[in-house]
Amino acid sequence: MSAITRDEVAHLARLSRLALTDDELDHYATQLDAIIESVAKVAEVAAEDVPPSSHALPLTNVFRADEARPSLTPEQALSGAPAVEDDRFQVPRILGEEA
Amino acid sequence: MSLIRKTAAQLGSMIAAGEVSAVEVAEAHLDRMAEVEPKVQAFLHVDREVTLEQARAVDARLRAGEKLGPLAGVPIAHKDIFTTRDMPTTAASKILEGWRPPYDATVTARLREAGLVILGKTNLDEFAMGSSTENSAYHVTRNPWDLTRVPGGSSGGSSAAVAAYEAPLSTGTDTGGSIRQPASVTGIVGMKPTYGGSSRYGLIAFASSLDTPGPFARNVLDAALLHEAFSGHDPMDSTSIDAPVPSVVEAARNPDIAGLRVGVVKEFSGEGYQTGVLARYHEAVKLLESLGATVVEVSCPSFTTALPAYYLIAPSECSSNLARFDAMRYGLRVGDDGSRSAEEVMALTRAAGFGPEVKRRIMLGTYALSSGYYDAYYGQAQKVRTVIAREFEAAYQQVDVLVSPTTPTTAFAIGERADDPMAMYLADLCTIPSNLAGNAAMSVPCGLADEDGLPVGLQIMAPVLADDRCYRVGAAIERALESRWGGSLLSQAPEL
Repeated sequence: MSAITRDEVAHLARLSRLALTDDELDHYATQLDAIIESVAKVAEVAAEDVPPSSHALPLTNVFRADEARPSLTPEQALSGAPAVEDDRFQVPRILGEEA
Repeated sequence: MSLIRKTAAQLGSMIAAGEVSAVEVAEAHLDRMAEVEPKVQAFLHVDREVTLEQARAVDARLRAGEKLGPLAGVPIAHKDIFTTRDMPTTAASKILEGWRPPYDATVTARLREAGLVILGKTNLDEFAMGSSTENSAYHVTRNPWDLTRVPGGSSGGSSAAVAAYEAPLSTGTDTGGSIRQPASVTGIVGMKPTYGGSSRYGLIAFASSLDTPGPFARNVLDAALLHEAFSGHDPMDSTSIDAPVPSVVEAARNPDIAGLRVGVVKEFSGEGYQTGVLARYHEAVKLLESLGATVVEVSCPSFTTALPAYYLIAPSECSSNLARFDAMRYGLRVGDDGSRSAEEVMALTRAAGFGPEVKRRIMLGTYALSSGYYDAYYGQAQKVRTVIAREFEAAYQQVDVLVSPTTPTTAFAIGERADDPMAMYLADLCTIPSNLAGNAAMSVPCGLADEDGLPVGLQIMAPVLADDRCYRVGAAIERALESRWGGSLLSQAPEL
């Protein structure tokens, strides 16, 4: 039995905001299936009572001083934007209704 | 000896003494690049005038009596994953083609402060995902030892540039082996500092709990000088360690390993390892013993599970980090014809802008983090991470450093593993545990494999913030091997 179906890969692509073609979905379904089967080996380590590590260092709640500092100007912040209008990022419509 | 064959330390001294100018040194390297780049293709972006402008500025600072570090005026190749204000930054992805960042990464800023001269931005696997640099959206980079082979990855442009004498130094980033593996297969030195020892600010994120900037060089001392130049606490990176940089330069200058305890990792040998790699590795271990080290075998049974754990943790973090490429604020935007929604434009842009390996990892990470699978995959991988860190701790109770081959094989052929992700992932088998535990680790050349005449690397692993031990052992073995060879390993490479 395969670990992941083509429909599941299509769902993952939607969640990942990747508009994939049918050919790509077929290709990734095969590859992801092989990869998932292989990484499932992590289950072989007996780690029931072991705490998970999200990180290598024992750091928590690192804050810097709450002080005003120089930052990017609007021109700098917008310098790489695909589209700009009135000192703002211009984006395609974000709501479902007809424009 | 021509300027391009000199070490970074020598070039720094000559520039400081006024024997040669930073401009002359930069020109010599730019000329070398013009000569060999058509073959090697280590760089994604070169701008002769921007480089010479930096060199002129360093010469002016030195003339004005400014006290700069030992690498002032020395040229460097900079991995194209660090932001640079005066050069494009793409992470070798089409989604960032032509992007000019509005700020410098901390590593970039520190290179500039130390007076290093940036020669250009080097090629990499897209977003540092890969072990061959074939995943670059722009072009492949070739191994200077054999132009039909890969230079390793993801920092393959940086390793190739140094091995081809295009630059005495380069920067890399190591998430699962992306500095050590390319260093190993090109016959140079590569160091992954302790996680948090070098800043991630302005480093385009792949897997934030693993990403670590580090140096490449043709010898251990040069790597130490560069390590010291850009490392240390950075308030702009919340996982940066607020502690002094380990004294790596001193360690590289005083490589006495008498009485040092070396652990040979039992699990990193045997099936799947190339014969010539194991032969050079076993000789290197014997050499360490003859230099006064005590060698014992150490078992870390869960290290064999590090690879699967990594391929759950790194893609999970990548799927989250790469959500920032949304076609709204910077980078590529595709399909915005006025009729499509932002979400549709986003999905079209990401499909057009990301390459196959990046898409694969985003979807794998999305899968590992999704409800119903989280505990079995991401959650379990995080527990394995704890187990691996504990095995390191137990090992370091018995020994000062651990050693292994850096990677199971020498450089493989371009195209050989390109369509087989699982085969490609095996290149990082021995390097990944140090990333999961955040430890320091180095690759240093230890000879050529008999069957193909290609470089083999020895990996030296040390505990968190004991980076100096890697340099001490690396310098000791380098000194012993170079006296045996009558020069560096790289001096045995064919002329380009």
